[in-house]
Order: sequence, then structure tokens, then C-alpha cells
Amino acid sequence: MKRELIKFALFALCVLLAPLLFRGSYLMNVLVFVGIHTMLAVALNLLLGYAGQISLGHAGFFGLGAYASAILTTTYEWNPWTAMALAAVTVGALAFVIGFPILKLKGHYLAMATLGLGIIIYIIFNEWVEMTEGPSGFSGIPNLTLGSLVFDTDRKNFYLVWFFVLGCILLSVNLANSRIGRAFRAVHDAEVAARVMGVNARLLKVQVFALSAMICAIAGSLYAHVMTFIAPPSFGFTVSVELLTMVVIGGLGSIYGSFLGALLLTLLPEFLRFMQDYDIVFYGGLLMLMTIFMPGGLVRGIPELFRKLAGVISRKGDAHA
Amino acid sequence: MEFSAQLLQYLLSGLSTGAIYALIGIGFSIIYNATGIINFAQGEFVMLGGMLTLFLLDTLHLPLWAAVPAAVVLAALVGLVFERLAIRPLRKASPISLVIITIGGSILIRGLTMLIWDKDTHSLPSFSGDDPIMLGGATLLPQHLWILGITVVLIAINKWFFNHTISGKAMRACSYNPRAAGLVGIDVRKMVLLSFVISATMGALAGIIVAPLTMTSYDVGVMLGLKGFCAAILGGMSSGLSTVLGGLILGVLESLGAGLVSSGYKDAIAFIILLLILFIRPQGLFGKPESERV
Amino acid sequence: MLELHGITQVFGGVTALQDVSFRINANEITGVIGPNGAGKTTLFNIVTGIYSQTSGTITFEGRDISRLPVERLAKLGMVRTFQNIELFGQMTVLENVMVGLHSRSHSGLFACSFKAPWAIKEEGRIKKEAYEWLTFAGIEDLAEVTAANLPFGKGRLLEIARAMACHPHLILMDEPAAGLNSQETQGLAALIRRIREMGITVVLVEHDMELVMDICDRIVVLNLGQKLAEGTPREIQDNPEVIAAYLGEDE
Repeated sequence: MKRELIKFALFALCVLLAPLLFRGSYLMNVLVFVGIHTMLAVALNLLLGYAGQISLGHAGFFGLGAYASAILTTTYEWNPWTAMALAAVTVGALAFVIGFPILKLKGHYLAMATLGLGIIIYIIFNEWVEMTEGPSGFSGIPNLTLGSLVFDTDRKNFYLVWFFVLGCILLSVNLANSRIGRAFRAVHDAEVAARVMGVNARLLKVQVFALSAMICAIAGSLYAHVMTFIAPPSFGFTVSVELLTMVVIGGLGSIYGSFLGALLLTLLPEFLRFMQDYDIVFYGGLLMLMTIFMPGGLVRGIPELFRKLAGVISRKGDAHA
Repeated sequence: MEFSAQLLQYLLSGLSTGAIYALIGIGFSIIYNATGIINFAQGEFVMLGGMLTLFLLDTLHLPLWAAVPAAVVLAALVGLVFERLAIRPLRKASPISLVIITIGGSILIRGLTMLIWDKDTHSLPSFSGDDPIMLGGATLLPQHLWILGITVVLIAINKWFFNHTISGKAMRACSYNPRAAGLVGIDVRKMVLLSFVISATMGALAGIIVAPLTMTSYDVGVMLGLKGFCAAILGGMSSGLSTVLGGLILGVLESLGAGLVSSGYKDAIAFIILLLILFIRPQGLFGKPESERV
Repeated sequence: MLELHGITQVFGGVTALQDVSFRINANEITGVIGPNGAGKTTLFNIVTGIYSQTSGTITFEGRDISRLPVERLAKLGMVRTFQNIELFGQMTVLENVMVGLHSRSHSGLFACSFKAPWAIKEEGRIKKEAYEWLTFAGIEDLAEVTAANLPFGKGRLLEIARAMACHPHLILMDEPAAGLNSQETQGLAALIRRIREMGITVVLVEHDMELVMDICDRIVVLNLGQKLAEGTPREIQDNPEVIAAYLGEDE
């Protein structure tokens, strides 16, 4: 556990120092999005990696948080922090209730059910025009404020978002090394034995589903206030798949892997901007290649690659000796 | 239009869309029964049917009666390649990996299609013209008849294949017990490949016969695939009559919902049904509860 | 302590258990024996909630547990070990036992994520007690070893340590001596006796007759899904029906 905390401290340090290294506003903006995506990926990773459950509808929770915050703060002029808290709790409760029937399903059926859920939510965003302004998007969302501090620049938003991201990562680290984290791993390794020990596998899965949804909702609220404008396409099936790709690429079950995946998949489209239309092909190809050749993700695959290379080099050395 | 005529209209168009869902659903079931995999890329085979036919018609200037079979063959080839490159290497992988790879495949196929062609929607010419046929106050297009007719033929061929040919029976054996099937000398890997080829063929045909009515583009596969899956679930993943019924029921419910309640939420209907079935009766409307197939 | 009344289990067309009834007395070591296919493991699975019996009731410490799900039993004081040891392979030996303390601890999802002070305290207590159970089983030196890397005999001991961490009143062991050499079996016998001395009731399904006759206070014999006999080891050894069941009718 000590080691985990040191890792986290180092990571947090890097994050806090990043704005000093990357000055340009454009880069700051990108890093804000890396933050949002990291939060979403970490949330999905909690579910996928620890509970072994797939979700193809997580963008739906992201969107629910975003729209809830947007509507409450703009149409009803609520305090944004209260709105965010309420949105998170409501989405968490919704996920908890839906979680019981959904998590009874396994494998593909679970994937399809979450996909269906995500799409239903997306359709509501598109069709309930009176509330969400429909396909043209919802604008005029206020920035978050803390006393006299208004989060209206990329730099300030960077710290805002990453404060929450670091919080989530810390939560995940704490969870992994706790009684509950052990209970999850036990269920993963030998579910029957875990249940014999009194672990209520079903309840745990639903709880982590709810927690995962809550984190996505908070990310959504932050997104809404940072962008000040949201539209349904940001919360559709494609986004859910992108999140899945991030987690898979980084490495299932690895928190920092999720960050790596989020970083890569947020930065690459920026660099590949001239190849705008190639991004779907890229995602698809990447998903397939990673699943076939590096199923453990980059976090495990790259050290493995180095080890193999080292092995090859030392063998070559022996041959020449 | 009189209410009963309107109802009949919804019913008829619902039946024809339902037939399409049924065909796509059967495609899902065939692969699932032979391999235990849900092929998320199934919808893309449907899309390829329409898009490839379009390509053969417009670019290669083939007549319709040649373009259609050629497109189907090409789509079947894509299915074959997909199975070889993506599925076979992963036979021992976890369910999550399999889900992810078929999702990846579906995205890749969609992306390549978009790059090779474009993002626009296109229409395919109807097989035999557009003169409407009146039936009890409702309007039927010739294409609707083609859809229903071809669906019936495909289902009949399907039934004959699985019940009266060696390959078909071998595939059924694989679905009940791959180990035992292998021991009796059935090449399970060939059966897996065959299942993909058959599903791709059926999917492509479904895509072709519906394209004149609903237009085609690089991303029609997603929704159609999902709704086809819904039909398959309603039918308990059978590759026969249950899924056909599932598809028809879904099509009609969707059509009635769109007409009587709201057309914007039309797509949501299929997914709400999907969720309800998965929650309440995952073995389908007609299936018997069975032990989980992981 | 534990009472079974009329347990019948039908799988499809096969009747695995037919109207099996007997009682387990508190603070005794009871053996359940019988030829292969007698239904012993099925019975175990039913008692521990993994299968649902077709008919019949099970009472544990006066409470009807016939339809309770598996996870509720640990808290009530009943735990089992498995024939093919079901260890949490990816976790260390110590962590395995810590999971055993799950039913004796409370920190929930939120308490653990936010590192609530009571959660931290509880974690310390869990770790300490888990170590004590490892010492009880004699494997404390293996605390940091990954469970999947344990030799089979040590794995058995780990399973027992883990089960004991649940603070059970009744522990059911499914063929604990399977795969153990004679030295390990003797160690096992001593361990089981120590468990009984702590006031815990033990029920074992076993094939190792020496072990059974050595440590059991009472024996229940099953054959072809029915209870054949019940009694002290002596009585069972002299019971002609039991002998016939094991050796087959040859005269």
C-alpha cells in the first residue's frame, strides 16, 4: 500500500507541475480533456477491471451528469456545486437500481444491455427538446466558481478537473487495497469460495456499478461547466466505445493504464487532426490489434516487450561471445 | 386515412421491417450457436450488402440482377476474412476480449467503408419499380413484397440447410457440444468459419432488400444490427421460427409505436424491449430457461 | 447443531439423494462416507447453499436455512472447504485469510474509498488476526507467497486457515485429505482435533478410512443417495450392510 501511495504522490506531482511545462493555451485545453477522459476511463476501469463487468453505455452516465448540471444551473439557476452533487447522487441511485437486473446478466448479454441503456439515454437527449434543446445542443452553461474565483481559463480548468481526477484515482487506489478491493479480487478468482466466505458478490457488483456511474456523472458536470456548451453526440455509443478502447489499451484493471489510454486517445486525434476521418478506422484497428497482440494493454505489454527485446539482445550477445 | 386503414398500414410496414430484423437476428443466432460469440459486427454485413451493391451498380455499371449476387459474395468474403483474422486467433480468449474484438471489427469495417466511399446516404433502386399496391386501404410497395418473399425463401433454405444437409447438421452438433462434435470428426473450426460466412450472406441480403426503402450509408449497420440482435434475443437465439417471430413482433411494435405514440422515440422502443426481455426473460419469449452459456 | 430432514435432490431424471435425514451434534467430529456416487458432495453442496434441494429442510442451530443463499451462511457461523481447493490464486496467502474475515468486518465501499478512520482501524485488526490464523495452521512463513504457487498440501492448510477466520460454529470439509501424503494427513488429523477443542463442530466427507476411523466421533454412511447407516466408528466397521456396500455382494 505504501508503494501505491508513493506512485500516486509522484503522479500527482507530475500533474501539478504540468502547467509549468506546457504553457500554451491549446495544450492546456487538450490536457483538460485528458483529465475528463481519464476520470471516465478510471470509472469504467473500476467496473471492468475489478468487477469484471463490461459496460458499453457509460457515455450515458457521462451525459446524464452533463445535462443534469446544464439544465439545473442554466434553466433553473441552481448553484453549480449543488447541482453537481445532486446529479452525481441521482445518477448513482439510478445506476444502483438498474444495476440489480442488469448485472444478473453475463458477458455478451451484459454488454448488449448496457449498450441498449446507453442508446436509450442518448435518444432521450436528442428527443426531449423542451429540456435538452435536442440535437442543436445546450449552450449558455455557466462556469464553475469558488468564492471569487471563476474557472474560465484553460489553466484554471486544468487544476479544477485534475483535482477531481486525482481524487478519483486516490479513491481507486484506496479501494484496491482495502477489504472491498480484496472481496472483488476474490470474486474474480473463485466466486463460489468468495460467497462461502460471506462476500455478497451481487451487491458488490451493483455498488461498484453505481460508484462508476457517479464518477462519470461528476465528469459530465465538469465537462458541461468547462465547455459551457454540450450536445448529444458527445454522449453517444461511439464515445462509450472510445472509453472502452482507452481502458483496454491502457490495460484492464490498471488505474494508471487507464490514464495512459486516455492520454493516448485524447492526444492522438489532436495530432492526427489532418486525418480527421481516419479516426474511426484507427480506433477499430487499434482495438483489434491490441486485443490480439497485447491483451494486457500497454501497461503490461510494454514491459513485456522490453523483456523480450532484452532477451533477444542478450542471446545475440552470447552468440558472438 | 381511416383508423383501421392506418393500423393496417403500420402493421404491414412493421411486418416488412420485422422481416429484416428477423434475417439479421438469425445471422446473430447462427454465429452464437456455433461459437458462443455475439458478433457485434453483424450489422456491418447488412450495411455492406447495400453499399457494395451500390458500388457495383454505380461504379462498375453492373445490372441489378448481377450486382446483387456479386455484392452478397463480396460480403460473404468479408465475413470469411473477419473470422480468419479476428476470431480464429482468439478462440481461447475471455468473453470480454471477444466482445471487444467484434466491436473493433465493426468499427473498422464501418470506418473503411466511410473512407472508401463517403458519409452520404444513398438510395438503391427498387427491384421492380415503385408503383404502390393498394391493400384494404393501406399502401404496399413492390419492394415490401420482395422483402417478405425473399425472407420466406431464405428462412426455408435455412431450415432445409440445418435439418437436411450434412453441413447443417454438423453445425448444429457443434452448437450443442463442440467437444463431442470434434471427436466425431467434425472440423469445428470449419463450422465456425461457415457460420460467419452464412451470417454475412444473410445479413448482406437483408441489407440489400431493405436499402431501396430506407436508404443506405456507412453507418446504417449499427442500429440495424442492434435491432436484429433484439429480434434474436426475443427468439431465444434460435436460428429458426422463434427469431422470425421475434423480428416480426419487434417490427410491428416499433411501427405501431412510431405511428401511434411518437416517431422520434421509435428507436428507443426496440431497446426498451431489449432491456425488458434481458431482465425478465433472457431465454426469449419462446425459449426454455437454460444454464448459462459463458 | 445441524439437522437434515428428508433431503431429496433430483437432477433431471436422476435422483441423487433420496430422503436423507440425520443430525450432527455440536462439538463432535462427524464423518460422512460412502462409495463413489453416493451423493456426499451433492449433500454438502445442498447444506452449504450452493444447490437448492428438491425437497427437505435443513436446520442450523435451530434456524431453518433451507433456502438461504450461500453468502448468508458465513455470518450465521457455517463455512466449508472444497475438494479441489478453491483458493484466490492471484492473492497472497495472507490476503486469502483476510478475505475469510470478510463476514466479521463491515467497512463498505465508501468507507474504504475515503479511508474512513474506522476502516483503517478495522484493516489493521483484520491483518493481525489473519496472521494469527496462519500461525494456527502452521503456514505463517508463507504469508507473502502468491496462493497459486503453493504446493497442494499447504494449499489445503490455507483453505482451513481461511475457513477458520470466519469464526464458524460449524465447518464442513470436503475430502480434506485428498492428495495429501501420510505425513500431511497426520498433521491434518491433529489440526482437526485442535479445531474441535476450540468448540467448533466439524463434518467431513472423506474417502481416507484410516483418517475417518481415527478422528471421527460419529459416522454417517451414504450409499446410492440414501442413508445406509449411522453410528460410532466401531459400529460402522462392524455393520455388514456397510461392508457390503463398499465391497459389493460377493457371496
